[in-house]
Amino acid sequence: MDALSNLLLGFSVALTPINLFWCFIGVVLGTVVGVLPGLGPAATIAMLLPLTLKLDSTTAIIALAGIFYGARYGGSTTSILLNMPGESSSVATCLDGYQMARNGRAGAALGISAIASFVAGTVGVLGLMLVSPPLARFALRFAPPEYFALMTLGLAMVVFLAGDSMVKALLMLFVGLWIATIGTDLFTAESRFTFGHAKLLGGVDFIAATVGIFAVAEVLINLESRIGGEILKIPRGIRNLLPTLQDLKDCRFAFLNGSVIGFVVGALPGAGATVASFLSYGLEKAVSRHPEKFGTGVIEGVAAPEGANNADAGGALVPLLTLGIPGGNTTAILLGGLILWGYRPGPLLIQEHPELFWGLVASMYMGNFLLLVLNLPLVPLFAQILRLPNYILYPFILGISVVGVYSVNNSLFDVGMMALFGLLGYLMRKLDFPAAALILGLVLGDVLERALRQSLMMSQGSLAILVTRPISATLLLIALVLLCLPAIRRVRAWRIAAVERES
Amino acid sequence: MGRDKSDLIAAACLAAFGIYVIYVGSKLSYVSEVGPGPGFFPLWIGIGLLLFGAYQMVLSYASARRHADHDVPIWSGSSRALAGWLGLAIVIALFRWIGFALGFILLTIFLVVVLNRRPAVLGTVIGAGLALAFYLLFEVALGVSLPKGPWGF
Repeated sequence: MDALSNLLLGFSVALTPINLFWCFIGVVLGTVVGVLPGLGPAATIAMLLPLTLKLDSTTAIIALAGIFYGARYGGSTTSILLNMPGESSSVATCLDGYQMARNGRAGAALGISAIASFVAGTVGVLGLMLVSPPLARFALRFAPPEYFALMTLGLAMVVFLAGDSMVKALLMLFVGLWIATIGTDLFTAESRFTFGHAKLLGGVDFIAATVGIFAVAEVLINLESRIGGEILKIPRGIRNLLPTLQDLKDCRFAFLNGSVIGFVVGALPGAGATVASFLSYGLEKAVSRHPEKFGTGVIEGVAAPEGANNADAGGALVPLLTLGIPGGNTTAILLGGLILWGYRPGPLLIQEHPELFWGLVASMYMGNFLLLVLNLPLVPLFAQILRLPNYILYPFILGISVVGVYSVNNSLFDVGMMALFGLLGYLMRKLDFPAAALILGLVLGDVLERALRQSLMMSQGSLAILVTRPISATLLLIALVLLCLPAIRRVRAWRIAAVERES
Repeated sequence: MGRDKSDLIAAACLAAFGIYVIYVGSKLSYVSEVGPGPGFFPLWIGIGLLLFGAYQMVLSYASARRHADHDVPIWSGSSRALAGWLGLAIVIALFRWIGFALGFILLTIFLVVVLNRRPAVLGTVIGAGLALAFYLLFEVALGVSLPKGPWGF
C-alpha cells in the first residue's frame, strides 16, 4: 500500500503540465539522439545540464532521465534499417533486426522493438519502484571476482554468435579483446599497442569501431554489385508494417527475458546495457526451438536485446538513487546534476525527497507510454528510408557514419579508424568471420581485464578467488556449461547418427 | 581465389598476428608491483590468437584438400567495393583541408557517377542536398561541429 500511495504522490508530481511537457521534450530529444550514431545520451545530457539549472530540480531530472531512456528507444531504428547501431547497446539488435529488414519485415522489427522497449522499460520502472533497496544491496556484493565472472558469462555468449564456425568466432573474440587493450594501461600508465600514435593512448573509440564494422562494411558489400545491391522489400499498408499477433506471441518470453536481464544487469554498476542486450540475446537463442534461425531475421532476436537495453535504464537508476553510485557515463552526469541541485543521492534520498524519487518513477511510466505512442506511428515513416534508391541510400549512410563518429570527440582520427574498421568488417563479411563476436570482445575486454587484475591483486595472485566465492563460482559454472554446449550438441548428433547407421 | 584458400590465408595472418601480440606482450611486464602487469592480458590474448589461428589453418587446409576442384570463388566484385573504400579513405584524409561539405559532395559524385553509372548532375545534386541536410541537422539544429575547410564549411 505504501508503494501505491507513494506512486500516487509521484503521479501528482509527474502529471503537472510543466513536468509532462519536459518529460515529452526529454523523450523526443532522447529518441533523436539515439537514432544518430555518436551523439549519445551522456553528451546530450552534459550539454543540456547547464540549461536545466533554470528549471525546478524535479522537472530537470525528469527531462534528463527522459533523454536517458528515450535514447534506448531511438538506438534500434538505424540498427534495423541501416545495420548502423546508434548506441553500443543496439549492436545485438543489428544481428536479426537488419536481417528482418532485408526480408521485407523492417516495420515489424521496428514495431516489436518499440513494444519490447515499452514492456521492458515499464518492468524496469516497476523494479525501480519495488525492489530498489534490496537489489542495490545485492549489487554491492559484486566485487571484482563477480564482475570478472559476469564478463566471462558475457563472453560465453560468443557461442550464440558463432554462426557456422566456432573457431572463427573465438578468433574474432580474441581480436576484439586485443583491440580493447590498445591504449594506456590504467594500472601502470604504460602504453600498449599504440604504434607511436598519441591519439591511440585513450584507446579505440567504440562508436568508430562499430559503425565501421557494421555500417561501412554493409555499404561496401552492397557496392560489389553493379546495380548497387538488392533493393529491400517494404510491404505496403500499415497493417503489414506492424508486428502481427503471432509475432507478439512468439516474443512473449523475449519480453520477460529482456525485462529481467536488463533490469538486473542494469543495477550492477559498470555492467551496462550492451552486456544486458548480448546476454538477453544469447539466452533467447539458447531456449529457442529454432536457434539455427537466429541471425537470419528472427523477431525474438530483436525483442530480447531491445527489451534488455530499455529495462537497463530503470536498473541503472537503482544504484544511482539508492546508493549514489553511477553505473556508467550517463548516470555519472545525472549524479552530478543531482548534487548540483542540492540532493545527496544515497540510502536516505527516497525518505528525504519522496517527491523527486516518486515523481521520477511516475514520469518514467508516462515517458515509456509517450515513447510507444510516438514511435509506433513513426514506424511506416522510418521504413520509407529503405525505399530510397541505393545511389542515395549509400552516400546517406556513409555521411551519417562520418558525422556520427566525428561528433563523439571532434576527431578526424576517429573517422579514419572508422574507415579502417569498415575495411576489416568487409573482409570479415567476405570470409564469414562473425562481427558481433569481435564487438563482444571489444565491449567486455576492458572491464574483464580490470576485474581479473583487481581479483588477482585481492588474492595476491591466486586464481582460487574466482571459484571460491558463491556468486562468482555460479556465474563461471554457467559460462562453462554454455561454452561446452556446442561440443555436447556435436556429441549428441554424432551418437544419433551412429545409432541410425546401426539400425 | 576460393573460400578455403582465403580462409587458410586469413587464419595464417591471425596466427602470425598472435605471435606479434605475444612478442609485444612479453616485452611488457607480466607482473607489476601492484599485481598482474600490463603484459599479462595481451600475452594470453596472443596465445589464444595463435592457438585458434593454427587450428583454423588446419581446418581450412583440410577443407581445401577436400574441395580442391570446386572451391567457391568469393572475391568477384571486390574491386568495386575496394574502390568505394579507397574513395572514402581519400575523402576522409582530405576533410582537414577541404571540409566536410565539399569532401562529402566529392565522395557522393564518385559513388553515384563512377560506381553507379548515373549522370554527373544527379550525383552533384544528391551530394549537395545531403551535405546541406547534414549541415542543417547537425550544425544548426544540434550544435555539433563538422570538419571545416578554409571557406568555413
